[in-house]
Amino acid sequence: MALLNDIPWFLIAASVAKTLFLIFLVVLPLVSYTVYAERRVSALIQDRLGPNRTGFPISLFGFKKDLQLVLGGLGQPIADAVKFLLKEDFTPGHVNKVYFWMAPVLAMVPALSTLAVLPFGNYMFGQKMVVADVNVGILYVFAIASIGVYGIVLAGWSSNSKYPFLGGIRASSQMISYELSLGLSAVPVLMILGNLNLSDAIDYQVKNGWLLLPFTDGKLSLRELLLWVPVLISFIVFSISMFAETNRLPFDLPESETELVAGYHTEYSSMKFALFFLGEYAAMIAGSSVITVLFLGGWHIPFLPVNTLESSMTAPGAVLGLVHITAFFAKVAVLLGIFIWVRWTLPRFRFDQLMKLGWLYLFEIALVNIFITAAILALVR
Amino acid sequence: MAYTVRRPNLTFWEKLYIPNIIAGLAITLRHLRKMLAGETHVVMQYPEEKWDANLPEYYRGAPTLVMDQHGREKCVSCQLCEFICPPRAIKIKPGSIPAENQHAKVEKAPEAFDIDMTRCIYCGLCEEVCPEQAIFLRKDYAITGESRAEMVHHKAKLYELGGTMPNLVHKWNPDK
Repeated sequence: MALLNDIPWFLIAASVAKTLFLIFLVVLPLVSYTVYAERRVSALIQDRLGPNRTGFPISLFGFKKDLQLVLGGLGQPIADAVKFLLKEDFTPGHVNKVYFWMAPVLAMVPALSTLAVLPFGNYMFGQKMVVADVNVGILYVFAIASIGVYGIVLAGWSSNSKYPFLGGIRASSQMISYELSLGLSAVPVLMILGNLNLSDAIDYQVKNGWLLLPFTDGKLSLRELLLWVPVLISFIVFSISMFAETNRLPFDLPESETELVAGYHTEYSSMKFALFFLGEYAAMIAGSSVITVLFLGGWHIPFLPVNTLESSMTAPGAVLGLVHITAFFAKVAVLLGIFIWVRWTLPRFRFDQLMKLGWLYLFEIALVNIFITAAILALVR
Repeated sequence: MAYTVRRPNLTFWEKLYIPNIIAGLAITLRHLRKMLAGETHVVMQYPEEKWDANLPEYYRGAPTLVMDQHGREKCVSCQLCEFICPPRAIKIKPGSIPAENQHAKVEKAPEAFDIDMTRCIYCGLCEEVCPEQAIFLRKDYAITGESRAEMVHHKAKLYELGGTMPNLVHKWNPDK
């Protein structure tokens, strides 16, 4: 197997297979069902029911009644997708056409690209379950994720109308502000790991316990206990920044329906709007995955054996690999649930409050946190 | 003159904002749990559960014409409802009771009585103004149709919806 890995075409084929698996079998279904979960959970929180019945409208073809399956509302994402594909793709006359068409793609692509470096599973069939196991891992994530703002800014600017413009401006200032605290809050974690590679980050957590829950390896040293404090601060700042970075409530000022109609995508319709929508949720999934990898041990399950390159070729190894992939996406799903839960609890920040929080608090906390971590790492062995 | 709004003096915990966020999250979680456990009953699942049993006494649904207990039409086509109707939904063509009827020449009757349900605002002024108690707002609320023409209720449809309603004033009975 190690021999096979040296052949270029095999490497390319394996990467393509992993990409196709990740995008089409995991992320896109996860995106559509996150939208569904968002609608259901928001409804339940507000004492409603949400979409709980989706039938096939065969009455359109002359049948007496629509076909209702036992799916309940689970068919809703399919219906949404069909609706988006069949709607008129309207381009208003006053827009800058080139950028207007480019913006939705720029919103969707970076969100999916970040997933390339995220290890979503253990070894399986002699393959590391990560599309690109690059050494700059987390830097790549930050670099690509910050491109996401171009989609929003271009959409706001090229729409040539007031509300999208305001949304675009807000997005640019907000995302640039929170990029700082996002990057700085990850630095203590990287100092502890001593490595930027995300696969190695998980290997470290397999050996020493998850960063956020250092007792998952069964023991808790003084060093781990002391490091727990900066990691906890780091986790909170990172999560808050991630909310702002993905434009989720309470920081969804670029979109803010109540003030700006729909913000940057006011002028968009049909599949172009859907790309923004899917991009937002894909960014949420990417963000949750980064949090999972950095703080929650990635695919690792405590006290469960870990595949090696050799054992992954056997049948039990394959099962274990599947279990680990499932564990990763289960953790991501839990984080997505928290994203949704927070969205339907908190009201939106005012813009000056948002800026104040980012620049006056989170930035400083993240900066001080780096020094605390450095001191602990230097003093306690 | 501008006046200053007094801001509340917040304690340290309130300024920290995080305890309040957690309290808010607990509230939404409680609502979620109660919905999942089926303890909240606020939603009426419309097509299966209907409003009909829960409509209040004073509900104003579709305007209809009614007959008295002897099957006579009460409307005498005075056109007061047509004149008072704010959106001008009612169109009446006055006529007389056919000559072969024993009540011919006693009263008049509408030859045509149309209510355009795309215009009706369910205000109830027609019921209010009717001197003969011939037009009533009944409890029908789901008035649908596939064309504008279908949404116009003609006389026959109005009587079908209205049915009979015994007279309160015994205009036709000299004994009372």
